[in-house]
Amino acid sequence: MEEGILHAIQGYMYPNEVELQWSILIVLYPFTTGLVAGAFILASLERVFNVAAVKPTYRLALLSALAFLLVSPLPLQLHLGHPERSIEMYLTPHTSSAMAMFGFIYLWYLMAVLVLEIWLDYRKDMVLMARSETGWKKTLYRILTLGVDNISEESLRIDDKLGRFITIVGIPSALLLHGYVGFIFGSVKANPWWSTPVMPIVFLFSAIVSGIALVLLMYMLVCFLKGIPIDMPCVDTIARYLMYAFLVDFSLEMLDLIHRIYEADESFKSLDFMVHTRLYTSQILVQIVFGTIIPIAMLAFIQLVKLSDAARKGIYALAGLLTLMGIFAMRWNVVIGGQLFSKSFLGYTTYKMAFATKEGLLPAILLMILPFVILWGLVKLLPPFDEEKAAV
Amino acid sequence: MNSDRRDFVLTAGKLLLLTAPAAAYLEAVESGKAEEPAYKTFEHYWGMIVDIEKCIGCGNCVRACKVENDVPLEPYFFRTWVERYHVEGAGEHPDVDSPDGGYNGFPEKYAAGDGAKSFFVPKLCNQCAHSPCTQVCPVGATFESPDGAVLVDKTYCLGCRYCVQACPYGCRFIDPRTNTVDKCNLCYHRITKGLTTACCESCPTGARQLVDLKDARDPVHEFLRTHKVHVLKPQMATGSKVFYNALDGSVR
Amino acid sequence: MNRFLKDKEHLFRMAALFAAGVVLFLIVRAVLVPKGFGVYGHYRAGALADNRVRAPRFAGRAACIECHTDEGDRLKGGKHAGVGCEACHGALAKHAADPSSLKPTKPDSKTLCQTCHLMNVAKPAKFPQIDPKSHMDGGPCLTCHDQHAPDKEPKK
Repeated sequence: MEEGILHAIQGYMYPNEVELQWSILIVLYPFTTGLVAGAFILASLERVFNVAAVKPTYRLALLSALAFLLVSPLPLQLHLGHPERSIEMYLTPHTSSAMAMFGFIYLWYLMAVLVLEIWLDYRKDMVLMARSETGWKKTLYRILTLGVDNISEESLRIDDKLGRFITIVGIPSALLLHGYVGFIFGSVKANPWWSTPVMPIVFLFSAIVSGIALVLLMYMLVCFLKGIPIDMPCVDTIARYLMYAFLVDFSLEMLDLIHRIYEADESFKSLDFMVHTRLYTSQILVQIVFGTIIPIAMLAFIQLVKLSDAARKGIYALAGLLTLMGIFAMRWNVVIGGQLFSKSFLGYTTYKMAFATKEGLLPAILLMILPFVILWGLVKLLPPFDEEKAAV
Repeated sequence: MNSDRRDFVLTAGKLLLLTAPAAAYLEAVESGKAEEPAYKTFEHYWGMIVDIEKCIGCGNCVRACKVENDVPLEPYFFRTWVERYHVEGAGEHPDVDSPDGGYNGFPEKYAAGDGAKSFFVPKLCNQCAHSPCTQVCPVGATFESPDGAVLVDKTYCLGCRYCVQACPYGCRFIDPRTNTVDKCNLCYHRITKGLTTACCESCPTGARQLVDLKDARDPVHEFLRTHKVHVLKPQMATGSKVFYNALDGSVR
Repeated sequence: MNRFLKDKEHLFRMAALFAAGVVLFLIVRAVLVPKGFGVYGHYRAGALADNRVRAPRFAGRAACIECHTDEGDRLKGGKHAGVGCEACHGALAKHAADPSSLKPTKPDSKTLCQTCHLMNVAKPAKFPQIDPKSHMDGGPCLTCHDQHAPDKEPKK
């Protein structure tokens, strides 16, 4: 008998429920895919809806999306009992399983949307760099351009048209990408904390919020590191969109909460108790107060009171960080929260997160750092800002 | 006839005579092996009856299952377990416990005449006909067999744990020795040989009974007709095939 | 032809790359999907046989009675008629297959009998249960009860 874990139980839990099934790694996964969807939606604002103000962040948003999308499957691989069998999801996908179908949505989004769009947008730059670079870099760019050197006006016009089409297709694909993750949880009727039709939509809007916040922070950081002045109209616009998305997201979550409290079905007492005790810090304090209400208030304040550039930059940075923290907390509260109570509605357990084990805090931290390392490499390989384009 | 040909005919004749007893011997050996009638999967549809009025919480079933199916004793996992309910009034707040799943029985905790009712509830995989756990498996490593048992393919399971999340009854767990999912499989290796499950075999009061819903002679049909029978969490519409007699409304 | 290809060559090369990827995937799939997958449903048909491979540890009453006819007769009509042999004697399929390979130990009646018959509030009221301290001064159960026919006198 696992003495340690049994002492952490309160009330009655079915014996097999005592230890949590999904760890912090599974919290990471909706967080990173959410960042991808959100960053992409922001990028598409310029391309499809012609919001010219955010153009400076277009390429950076795409590269950020790619960096996070590449890392997203890694926490899942670490979590699986048999990662060597994960290809089975592509060989014999069970069409009734949201998890299996998600494998294909992920692949579609990565290859047919993101990689293609980045490739088309950067093709001219890559050809120019293939011409001007030497050594292994020259070979690399030649491979990336598939050995084609043509950057005539007509070919670029075709690229632009195709790129626009892909972005249009990419928007529902991005919605599907993260909506599906929400559905993976929302469709589990056995778990009342997860089972709600609003779950995919809540996940999607919180993804958009986190992605916009990420791009905002990344843009300000990259500009700072490269000594490029921050385009204020750009960040002002991004911050406005962040606020709008946040208001929708918060309303949806409050709607779900009010609905639960009002209907008070068989699971309510148990869930309510859990939120007020074991989930209090992460849900009430981190997610709602510091991660949602305060950033929204800060962003709204800017709309009402005229502040200096420096003040606005500071507020955007702080609001962006709080937002990311808040959305991470939301994923935590869904995934971990959904496993802290018993399906008998009579008991509660604790999540004991180890540090240096396969599914502990350390791999989670490393996996969150990895996308930034990849992004750094991508920014070097495919510079996102005009100032750095190599001469023809 | 010269001696070579004679020798040949004698030897050949002896050998020929031996073929008959040899054949008879081989047939005896083979037919001995083939005594078991072949199991016809599509002629059965398995379920179980659990009679709350008969369960005495002895824990025989929990122990027998662990022995029969090599279920790990440490850490805390069970293919079947027994719960004890102590219910006051209408049963909105039952007091439930399951010390070691009932493996060592239930030490007395309550005093007689305290105004409450108490009883034991054995739990196991409900072998659902519309099972939510097989629905979510991404690769087809768990499935409903044609004869109504929900089984696991341990060579194919990824250990993603989605099915464990999707089961409303908490009957699945990850076996730490194989990193794949495990659960009650209705002692499939026994029922396909004409034996009953280990838990039913060792239950001293007949509180647990394996039933074959496709067998017209199985007493289950009469039992279902004459008793007030429940399934766990009927609102989930899982098509549970474990039928409880006299299940109290307070049972989770 | 050239006019059509003009300025689109990079797209055709990319399309060819994608097509090659799809073909590679189909080949890998044909090789790796296990035999018998999908025959009865979305699972490997061989998994049914895999679940039947385990050797039973409990033999079942019928196997015991084949040799132990005396005990079988003793149980008939008594209060323990419905109790399986291995419910008390433990898993004995090995012994049933080859009696000399495993000699079962006699269970200790004091602890064994109490497993079922010790008084407990949660047990059905009609089930025979006793408080060993007050029941016959807590002497050995087998003094008064035949374990195979508990309502009869014990065998001498």
